[in-house]
Amino acid sequence: MIRFNKASKRYSGGFQALENISFHLKKGEMSFLTGHSGAGKSTLLKLISAIEPPTGGQVLVNGYDLNKIRAGKIPYFRREIGIIFQDYKLLYDRTVFDNVALPLIVSGTSFRDVGSRVRAALGKVGLSGREKASPIVLSGGEQQRVSIARAIVHHPPLLLADEPTGNLDPDLARDIMNLFSEMNQLGMTTLIASHDWGLIGRMGKRILHLEEGRLQDPDQEWQR
Amino acid sequence: MNSEPRHNYRHKPEHVVSHMEVNKTRVEGRVKIYFQRHLQVLMSCLGQLYRAPISNLLTVLVIAISLSLPALLLVALDNARSLIVGWDDNAEISLFLDPSLTHSDGERVKEQLLGWRELSSARYLSAQQSLLDFKAYSGFGEVLELLDENPLPAVIVLTPRDSTPDAVAPLLERLQQLPEVDLAQLDLEWLGKIYAMMNVAERAAWVLGVLLAIAVLLIVGNTVRVSIQQRRTEIEVCKLVGGTNSFIRRPFLYMGIIQGAVGGMLAIILVSSALFLLNGPVVQLSTLYQSNFELLGMGFLFSLLLLLSSMMLGWLGSLFTVSYYIREIEPS
Ligand SMILES: Nc1ncnc2c1ncn2[C@@H]1O[C@H](COP(=O)(O)OP(=O)(O)OP(=O)(O)O)[C@@H](O)[C@H]1O
Ligand SMILES: [Mg+2]
Repeated sequence: MIRFNKASKRYSGGFQALENISFHLKKGEMSFLTGHSGAGKSTLLKLISAIEPPTGGQVLVNGYDLNKIRAGKIPYFRREIGIIFQDYKLLYDRTVFDNVALPLIVSGTSFRDVGSRVRAALGKVGLSGREKASPIVLSGGEQQRVSIARAIVHHPPLLLADEPTGNLDPDLARDIMNLFSEMNQLGMTTLIASHDWGLIGRMGKRILHLEEGRLQDPDQEWQR
Repeated sequence: MNSEPRHNYRHKPEHVVSHMEVNKTRVEGRVKIYFQRHLQVLMSCLGQLYRAPISNLLTVLVIAISLSLPALLLVALDNARSLIVGWDDNAEISLFLDPSLTHSDGERVKEQLLGWRELSSARYLSAQQSLLDFKAYSGFGEVLELLDENPLPAVIVLTPRDSTPDAVAPLLERLQQLPEVDLAQLDLEWLGKIYAMMNVAERAAWVLGVLLAIAVLLIVGNTVRVSIQQRRTEIEVCKLVGGTNSFIRRPFLYMGIIQGAVGGMLAIILVSSALFLLNGPVVQLSTLYQSNFELLGMGFLFSLLLLLSSMMLGWLGSLFTVSYYIREIEPS
């Protein structure tokens, strides 16, 4: 599903955020991405979602070669990914419903399906009945869950999550992790960046560890 | 290869049919979704206009005024043309007489012509009078002064009862045959000049129209640009969840079209009110000239054309702007 071949990222300012990253995440795999603040976790996820282009090496995701992808193809590429952003990226002048519905709307889903799917997604993150609210009036954790609902509403084959439980209390964080794990069991490939060592440890999944832009993947050798 | 069971072939036509039906309903569903989306975007655009009334009102007013100027000019020309159509009734025929004829010969010919049924009036101008007339009206008087002799012949000016080309042509023929006449000429030059002037004015109206159309493109483009800047995050998020450029462009195109439509309707109202206000004095004026001329309105077709071009300008102005800025705005 995701393959990095000696990929690196140097930002236009000259900062080398990722260096010589190689790993392979198979279809249906669930794994965690850890590392200190500034280690490059968000940058790695941005490379995978074609938000930033790699400046070296090769990045292949879901059959697309992101070094060569044409701008016109990127929307269709992104429709197969659910992304949970560290800063949520919600639209504050729209209702919760409209926010969650966005991935369905852009891909032309019929009105009837939109309603039921949005409600189902909100149900999964424990926000049933908040459709009409504006994200502004929601707590940080609730906003985070809206962004999670938006990422899973269209059942993407690949889920990328950047600190998806950063603002949630331990119980809720565990529920969300369980939700991801459940969806992974249904076939969704999942990559989750997180600081929450305790929670990650308990999940017993593969861990990709970033250290100042370099990957330490103890599982790498036997996973290949 | 041949392992497929036979009975499958028997069923094949049915499969094909049902497959096509599935495709058809799928297409119908797609079309329905397409219209649903457009309707939804349209509604949200109307909401947007409602929420930012001042800047949109200004845009719409600029569009209306820009379009009503050339429209008014074109309508005025249309009116002038309809007014002139009646004027070749007053066509005159000039008979240039043989220079060897005397003054009394000329008067005699005139008297004779007054008896013709086809003519309603005849006026004799001696060579001397022709010269004075020419000096007064042509502006080439000085040129004539250089000459020793008066080069102009005596002229008889005739008004035909029926000045339609069909009636005038044989009349001219007959007049030309008269021994005293050098040349019989239908005098419509001044009308030609007026037509030429009107062509110039019409060209000017179109040039003005093109310039103001560019102004409309710019103002719509600017309003759309402001709106794009305000909705930057929205565009970014749309791109992040897989919105295509044409999807993101759509509400802005609608915005342009709506502004064009409202501006166009306002322009129609402006031009119509201007014509309404002018009609009174024009009727008064034409009564003084014993005419029953009334101003022509814009007409349905012209109004429709104005509205459609206004909408198209709105769409174009928006398209240019949004196509440019949509590439600039990328999520990071
Ligand atoms: N657009 C950018 N331009 C220049 N440098 C950047 C840019 N984005 C990130 N960086 C730098 O790259 C490094 C890695 O950033 P990144 O956001 O990937 O870290 P992170 O591992 O997600 O950290 P955190 O846990 O705090 O979210 C940081 O030092 C950051 O300053
Ligand atoms: Mg980060």
